[in-house]
Amino acid sequence: MLGYIDKIREISKRLLDEGRVDMVVGFRKGSMPMMNEPSFIKNSGEVSKLVWDSNCGINLANYLTDRKEKIGVIAKGCDSRNIVTHILENKIKRDQLVIIGVPCKGMIDRRLITAMFDTEVREVNEKGDTVTVKGAGFEKKLKKSDILQDNCSKCIHRNPVLYDELAAPLVEEQKDIDRYAEVRRIEAMSPQEKWQYFEDLIAPCIRCYACRNACPLCYCPTCFVDESRPQWVGKSQDETDIRTFHFLRAYHCAGRCTDCGACERACPVGIKVRQFTSKLNKDCLDMFGWEAGVLPDQRPPLDTFKPADPGDFIK
Amino acid sequence: MKVMKIDKNDWAGGIGKIQSSYRLYGPVKGDAFHDFKALEKGELPDLNFLNTRISPKSVVYPQSEIMFEYSLDEKNPDHHIMKDAAKDYSPKAILGIRPCDAASFLLVKRNFDTTEYKDPYWIRSYEATTFIGYACNNPCSTCFCTTAGSGPFNEDGLDILLTDAGDCWYAKAITEKGEKLLNAAGWNTIAAGGSLKKIASLKKEAEAKISSLVSTDQLNNKKTTELYEAPFWEDVSFACINCGTCTFLCPTCWCFDIQDENSGCSGVRMKNWDSCMFPLFTIHGTGHNPRGTKLHRVRQRFMHKLKYYVDKYENGIQCVGCGRCIRSCPVNIDIRRVCDMMNSYDPEACACPVK
Repeated sequence: MLGYIDKIREISKRLLDEGRVDMVVGFRKGSMPMMNEPSFIKNSGEVSKLVWDSNCGINLANYLTDRKEKIGVIAKGCDSRNIVTHILENKIKRDQLVIIGVPCKGMIDRRLITAMFDTEVREVNEKGDTVTVKGAGFEKKLKKSDILQDNCSKCIHRNPVLYDELAAPLVEEQKDIDRYAEVRRIEAMSPQEKWQYFEDLIAPCIRCYACRNACPLCYCPTCFVDESRPQWVGKSQDETDIRTFHFLRAYHCAGRCTDCGACERACPVGIKVRQFTSKLNKDCLDMFGWEAGVLPDQRPPLDTFKPADPGDFIK
Repeated sequence: MKVMKIDKNDWAGGIGKIQSSYRLYGPVKGDAFHDFKALEKGELPDLNFLNTRISPKSVVYPQSEIMFEYSLDEKNPDHHIMKDAAKDYSPKAILGIRPCDAASFLLVKRNFDTTEYKDPYWIRSYEATTFIGYACNNPCSTCFCTTAGSGPFNEDGLDILLTDAGDCWYAKAITEKGEKLLNAAGWNTIAAGGSLKKIASLKKEAEAKISSLVSTDQLNNKKTTELYEAPFWEDVSFACINCGTCTFLCPTCWCFDIQDENSGCSGVRMKNWDSCMFPLFTIHGTGHNPRGTKLHRVRQRFMHKLKYYVDKYENGIQCVGCGRCIRSCPVNIDIRRVCDMMNSYDPEACACPVK
């Protein structure tokens, strides 16, 4: 994917020079290995700041919410699905956007790589499908497909679903992926086992809300956990309040989540918060044949009613 | 002060003895990272770590702390009267705290222990604590302690400094509190004459490994209003998602909120960590928010740490260079970069509007 950057810069330059956009939202090189920083450029002299590699896991749709400018936005598959969702939910207008689509081969999992070594990872380079990790006294070559973020390894929408420009030819989509094996494993647990599983899962939570804030879907002017009149949720480390936050956050994403993995990537204490949303994604697929952000002209199942909707629970 | 030599075979025994008179906290490895936890009897701290993911500030200053308890039951003669919650201020010790984190307690003390205001919870908890530092032989690439008023072998805020000398530990008693703990542990073999030299050489080696530096010398001279209005804040804050990761992981962030929580006929008044990154932090009863955008909030975090604090206390920046906010920021906002931008800011040079 390194090869994409020349094309991304060329398109960005053209859009800015022609005045078709006021800004381009993309990534600039991070100050640490395996990190890039979401950033914007407003004049074409700055396009060389833009980068693209396997460390662009942040969902850039999150940076479009309620903006007024005309924006060129770099969008991999999941970002483009969240852009579709944003358009459907009136968080940005289609005609404000020039979408620079990036066919994606997945983002690498920074946590996984960091945990593989006892000492600090100082440098990570990629070339084709090989990722070289270096630190004091070690150098290891890894296969990119072995170190992908979990959501990327299960992704079946690597190509952008909506775009105006393309940074590279479309890539082949992954086939025969079992995306919900982990969900089925938890579904098969007894209620007591499930309870314990989720208790252990969220035990490290410090309520920083990075998962919520990294998510393009979470744009409420005041989140339910921040409401103070009335106050729905307590502010302490009380287990019930922490559970309430995680369960409700997930439910607010039902039928809207694109499994971009931004929440999990952002969590400073490594909670696999996608364990909640994956179950809801699976249910939406099973019950409504629905995947969020794929169809630009259809309302999501939870804000429409169709006679054929499964409704056994009210019959 | 004396330097003791601790044979690695005497380590576990000493830890056990400390635990008979102190509540002992130390780094413990969870699924993916180390954090400070209260150690069970017989549990050893795991010192094979660079630094903990979350700072040890919670050992003295918990994320949620009950101050008062009350009853709302009018049949109870004491109803609606705040009563002190029971607290344990018996001696405790943090073993394995890094020097940067130990120094952070002295910064926080400037806020919680002043001639005007004293936070009794923080002060009593702090005074009950003995700080057993663990010198960094191998600092991380994101550590910038040496230019943030600390260092890998810095002794500020410590009662004891432990140095891993390979085949043994050296424990340097820095305060009487530290000597007392070493006695309690039974670590009383005075190290041979060369130990100070050995520690000094390890210190020199470690300091040479610090590859991150910040410049802070001009911050005090800058005009507050000019820094506040600097054009770079839009660029600095763009990526921010306004989560509380940086402030919650930071050893020097001290802000809290006070909440009452009722359950049935009883309730508690508690302190909870708060974060200037959250819109709720500053929202007024009217609904007006003076820090209504993320640019306001990001600017506040950096201005507080790198300008307001610098001017108020004239004792350096409100940062010890531990690098946690850099390592854990989900979007890679880097305080080293912002500090250098602020320190070198020249409004004259930026007089032409940026297109």
